[in-house]
Amino acid sequence: MIEKALRGSPRYWGLIIGLLCVIGLGAGFWMFQLTKGLVVTDLSRDVSWGFYIAQLTYFVGVAASAVMLVLPYYFHHFKAFSKMIILGEFLAISSVTMCMLFVVVDLGQPQRMLNIIFHPTPNSVLFWDMIVLNGYLFLNLIIGWTSLQAFRNNMTPPTWVKPLVYLSVIWAFSIHTVTAFLYAGLPGRHYWLTAIMAARFLASAFCSGPAILLLLTLLVKRLTSFDPGKKAIDTLATIITYAMCVNVFFFLLELFTAFYSNMPGHMAPIVYLFKGFDGDTTLVPFMWTAAVLAIISLAMLIPYKIRQQGPALVTALILLVIASWIDKGMGLIVAGFAPNPFEKVTAYLPTVPELVVSSMVFGIGALMLTVLWKVALSVRAEVEGGNISMVPPKPE
Amino acid sequence: MKSSRRKFLKLAAVSALGLGAGRIGFLGDAPAGAMDIPTAADYNAPREAKHWGMAIDTTRFNQELVDTCATACHTQHNVPTIPGKKGIKWFWGANFEESFPTEHGHNLPEDVEHRTYPLLCNQCEEPMCVRVCPTQATFKRADGIVMMDFHRCIGCRYCMAGCPFGARSFNFQDPRPFIKNFNPLFPTRTRGVVEKCNFCAELLALGKMPACVEASGGALIFGDLEDPESDIRKVLRERFALRRKPDAGTGPSVYYLM
Ligand code: SF4
Ligand code: SF4
Repeated sequence: MIEKALRGSPRYWGLIIGLLCVIGLGAGFWMFQLTKGLVVTDLSRDVSWGFYIAQLTYFVGVAASAVMLVLPYYFHHFKAFSKMIILGEFLAISSVTMCMLFVVVDLGQPQRMLNIIFHPTPNSVLFWDMIVLNGYLFLNLIIGWTSLQAFRNNMTPPTWVKPLVYLSVIWAFSIHTVTAFLYAGLPGRHYWLTAIMAARFLASAFCSGPAILLLLTLLVKRLTSFDPGKKAIDTLATIITYAMCVNVFFFLLELFTAFYSNMPGHMAPIVYLFKGFDGDTTLVPFMWTAAVLAIISLAMLIPYKIRQQGPALVTALILLVIASWIDKGMGLIVAGFAPNPFEKVTAYLPTVPELVVSSMVFGIGALMLTVLWKVALSVRAEVEGGNISMVPPKPE
Repeated sequence: MKSSRRKFLKLAAVSALGLGAGRIGFLGDAPAGAMDIPTAADYNAPREAKHWGMAIDTTRFNQELVDTCATACHTQHNVPTIPGKKGIKWFWGANFEESFPTEHGHNLPEDVEHRTYPLLCNQCEEPMCVRVCPTQATFKRADGIVMMDFHRCIGCRYCMAGCPFGARSFNFQDPRPFIKNFNPLFPTRTRGVVEKCNFCAELLALGKMPACVEASGGALIFGDLEDPESDIRKVLRERFALRRKPDAGTGPSVYYLM
């Protein structure tokens, strides 16, 4: 089926070439980082993880979110998702790949990376994170590809896929739980030392991941004749709305625990994020932006009347993605390190090389996604008739 | 298996050094006061303990003495001098508030407030850095010393996130150009690995005391915490001592005599 990726419109090839350019540029900067060391980043003795690890955290969520389609579809026989499910699985594949690449670009000695396998260390959560991420990647590759092949040949997927699907549902929860455990459970990091960390991770994943999926799907719907169906879009939007409410609620729980208890260690990182601490206010504008965007997005998502309108939905989803990205892809990691063990703050903001190297990883993810979705949509077009080569959708 | 590998490496290193005993001229000038290259015989009487610990007589410390000890440590271990937030520190000093942030000491006696407290890796009994390291590059020896294998470290910096004491440093760049006094008897590091104080395990193996203890003029008391007759246990029986961040649960082996 992969040959479907080799025939496409000029626009498709333009996208591919554009992504390859981004990847090439980022690879150049990565070479630079490899020769100079992580000195090209803004990381320090105090903030020892930064943008790279934050992106890992965010995209693990995007990967895990595929379960928001798989679960209703397979467990509750919610057939409206039948057209989107493969897109969710393929998004998961490219997200997990990005996660693993973000770990690689973050290592000080990437050529020694296999030491994790040569010296397996079950007491380290990083070891388990590697296992669950790889496992999830393979599960989704196998399930996605086999189901697509079956669909193309007009057959039901082989029976051995079913148990794998059930496994992948549990597995999706595990990848984000284990990633949350990377942070939760470190005695010196108060912002992370909270039992609700894994739950918060899942809540934010289940709103931001499906939001990205829905945005991309709506984009594809605009550009091609592919239509996931109104019911699928509406249901996914509802799921996103609920997950976002839970996400915000969980954050409020953190606020209560920190401020009612009045424990300095628990309050400090939150004060740092929203007010500044020890004279450092680097993240304050970002965090307030996130808070405001989160509220606006909820205000637009909760009323069904607004949510079901296309443009409003798209706007709300974009705001939601930005808000959750600032929270998880910036604030979460840095606030774990600030204040540092000496109750001082060392500022951190990603440098240009960090951002360009990250864009290489984003580029690779986007390239994989483009190719996988192209294959999936071409197969669908072949089976159901119609074509996906940029024919505008038929008026309803 | 693992410990036998390390024993073998140690033996191999010892015999290599023993065969070539003498001065290795091409390695450059050793810093003043550096010892002769040890021979195998020098390893015959290592200092051993059930659990190594350190007591710090904080009443005797000021910035100057901290600097003396830090220089001794950093010279012994080829610790580079890199200014700024990407710096590398094995031994350094801080005020009371930074050293004991969870004490929130208000209205402290003036002399307590004005001391400079030496900081170093606490060689914890339950070291978080060992628990999180995915490659066992950080490991704890039977005598309580938490060590690092610089050649196995992948530079994931999980140990830095795990350590509640900020005791670890990362080589963001090649450290060699920043080494002031090169000691040919201790390895230098490459970029991309983490490092920290090792309680001078390499000197204990030679029957010597840690470099900072030697330099401190008696302000640092080093010994076996499990031997009731040791100097360190005697001084801990007599004087009030604090450990840093007991709530982190790592059980530091470094005690601060107040
Ligand atoms: S002080 Fe930090 S680096 Fe040293 S043993 Fe304890 S946890 Fe590990
Ligand atoms: S940076 Fe090195 S020592 Fe620290 S946890 Fe990673 S592999 Fe272990």
